[in-house]
Amino acid sequence: MHQRHQDWWARHHQHHDHHPGFLGRGSGDPLRRDLANRLGGGVAAGIAEWRGIGVTKVRIVFALVALVSSGIGVALYVLAWLFLPAKGEETAEEETSIAHKARTDSAGIRLAVGLASLLVVVLLAAGALNDGWFISWVWPQVFSVAGLTLIWRNASPEEQETLRHLVEPVGGAPAPGRTDRRTVLRLVIASVLLLGGVGWLFAGHESLAMLRPLAGVLLVLASIVLFLGPWWLRIARELVLERQARVRAEERSDMAARIHDSVLQTLALIQRRADDPAKVIQLARLQERELRSWLFEGRGLDEAEGDTTLTAGVRQIQQDVESRYGVPVEAVMVGDCDLDESLSALLAAAREATVNAAKWSGAGVISLFAEVEPGEVSVVVRDRGKGFDPSAVPADRKGVAESIHGRMTRRGGTAQVSSEPGEGTKVTLKMPRSGTASRSGSLGRT
Amino acid sequence: MNMPRVVLVDDHGLFRSGVRAELGKQVEVVGEAEDVQPAIELIGTLKPDVVLLDVHMPGGGGQAVIQAVKATHPDVRFLALSASDAPEDVIAVIRAGARGYVTKTISTDELADAVRRVAAGDAVFSHRLAGFVLDAFAAAPPPDGVKPSFDPELEQLTSRERDVLRLIAQGYTYKEIAKELFISVKTVESHVSSVLRKLQLSTRHQLTRWAAERRLT
Repeated sequence: MHQRHQDWWARHHQHHDHHPGFLGRGSGDPLRRDLANRLGGGVAAGIAEWRGIGVTKVRIVFALVALVSSGIGVALYVLAWLFLPAKGEETAEEETSIAHKARTDSAGIRLAVGLASLLVVVLLAAGALNDGWFISWVWPQVFSVAGLTLIWRNASPEEQETLRHLVEPVGGAPAPGRTDRRTVLRLVIASVLLLGGVGWLFAGHESLAMLRPLAGVLLVLASIVLFLGPWWLRIARELVLERQARVRAEERSDMAARIHDSVLQTLALIQRRADDPAKVIQLARLQERELRSWLFEGRGLDEAEGDTTLTAGVRQIQQDVESRYGVPVEAVMVGDCDLDESLSALLAAAREATVNAAKWSGAGVISLFAEVEPGEVSVVVRDRGKGFDPSAVPADRKGVAESIHGRMTRRGGTAQVSSEPGEGTKVTLKMPRSGTASRSGSLGRT
Repeated sequence: MNMPRVVLVDDHGLFRSGVRAELGKQVEVVGEAEDVQPAIELIGTLKPDVVLLDVHMPGGGGQAVIQAVKATHPDVRFLALSASDAPEDVIAVIRAGARGYVTKTISTDELADAVRRVAAGDAVFSHRLAGFVLDAFAAAPPPDGVKPSFDPELEQLTSRERDVLRLIAQGYTYKEIAKELFISVKTVESHVSSVLRKLQLSTRHQLTRWAAERRLT
């Protein structure tokens, strides 16, 4: 049920929020990080799947944006990682993006702010030296580091593993606590070099007095971040929750409208027709099929896109005969293919045979079987009704059999009618296939 | 012939009482359960011949019941009942070990007949399931790179099995199939059982993928 709900939700969501056709054909699912296909947080893979573009292209775009925007792309990526839930994790009630957990993780936020403020120091120090390039490059990194910290603390173990893997080349430590001496030495030397470099830059500038207003600015910024950071996160959370609630409400009202239009109407009809069992069965079957096609195939009968495939055509016959003659038609379809002229003729013949069975056989149910094979398409219409003796059919009643037969033979097909009084009737129609590509088996999507 | 002892597992009370009333004269309904865990316990104590099992239930569905019971009572047989016809569910419950699958719209006599067949160790396919199986096995043979199964026999249907499935899909009874193909009912039964075995044991990934894709369309 959950799965079905999700499918439906996804379609619904697409209908309202996304615009199919914009940037390729998407999967129709909402945007989710795709952990199965990730390099980092699975953001690129998620976008690729969402829009139906190659993941490599998305990654290249990300890398270019990160370079051109002097790091803003990186910050965006980290934010996406933080706020997008991973695929398959969504539950109805709870946002499962890392941001959700992070919001309640005050220690994590403090840590993030702390690390960010450390970077801010570096940034301001650099700013003091009027190095514009460095400044524009560092700001995004502040956000990235803060975001990554939160991700680190709140992500699932699996994602922490990814982070560890990504960080490994920097720290050289596959897991905390296992840092060997050489790594420590390397990091220490790097820090010393960095400090020395910054110190040298300062010394080079020879105006330490500039650092005084700088310290003030630093304090103000740090306090702003400390004061407003949680508030920003809360705003983000509320936006996310509000959007989810809106989507759910739309979903509910859409479903209510659908059930009202179809199921309740039919139930009302059934109550009024309670004295006519045949009509009641017919109504119930019609409703059942409509509901089924809506639930399982994501479209109502009224939205069906013409008879462009064999399966759709057979379904159409089933519906028409059931609603017009009140006889249930059990349709079984094996494989599918696009219609061409000769297959349309086959369908017309099948329709005629089915209508005949419904009108004359008196059978309680008609079986309609269609199979697509590589070389030919066959349709069998069968009933267990009263049957007839083919040789005893008067000449003026042969029109029906002739029209079925004629339709088939004109296109190179065959029609075989076998019947015996009391034994029912079976009409077997076979049509050789022209070169149309098969959509049988696993490709048989409609 | 003794009446088969049957346990009904379905989360709809109305459906259970309906089936019990209809089947009452033809089979012995010894117990009912409406959820996965109670069902597993009940089946363990009653050891029925056949469990009529709803595919969709809260708490794991029919599959969960089959898997749990098969481990301790391998001789209990399952006939899956479903209103849904969704290939994924059907294939999953069959692969979990059900001896057959019928839709809830089946007539009482046919249902009783199906229960007897399953009790006797035969397989029961609804016309819809027969269509699914034909469709699934009609899919092209595994593409290069997919390792063929240890037993290629399992990966495809014989032409006779196809014939039998086609007739089932057309609504023929076993007796009618036997007549149509000039074979005995026993032979029809053995063909269907062999198809069931292939369905359960085939290693081709396509079967599952096929069902999953069908579901998503």
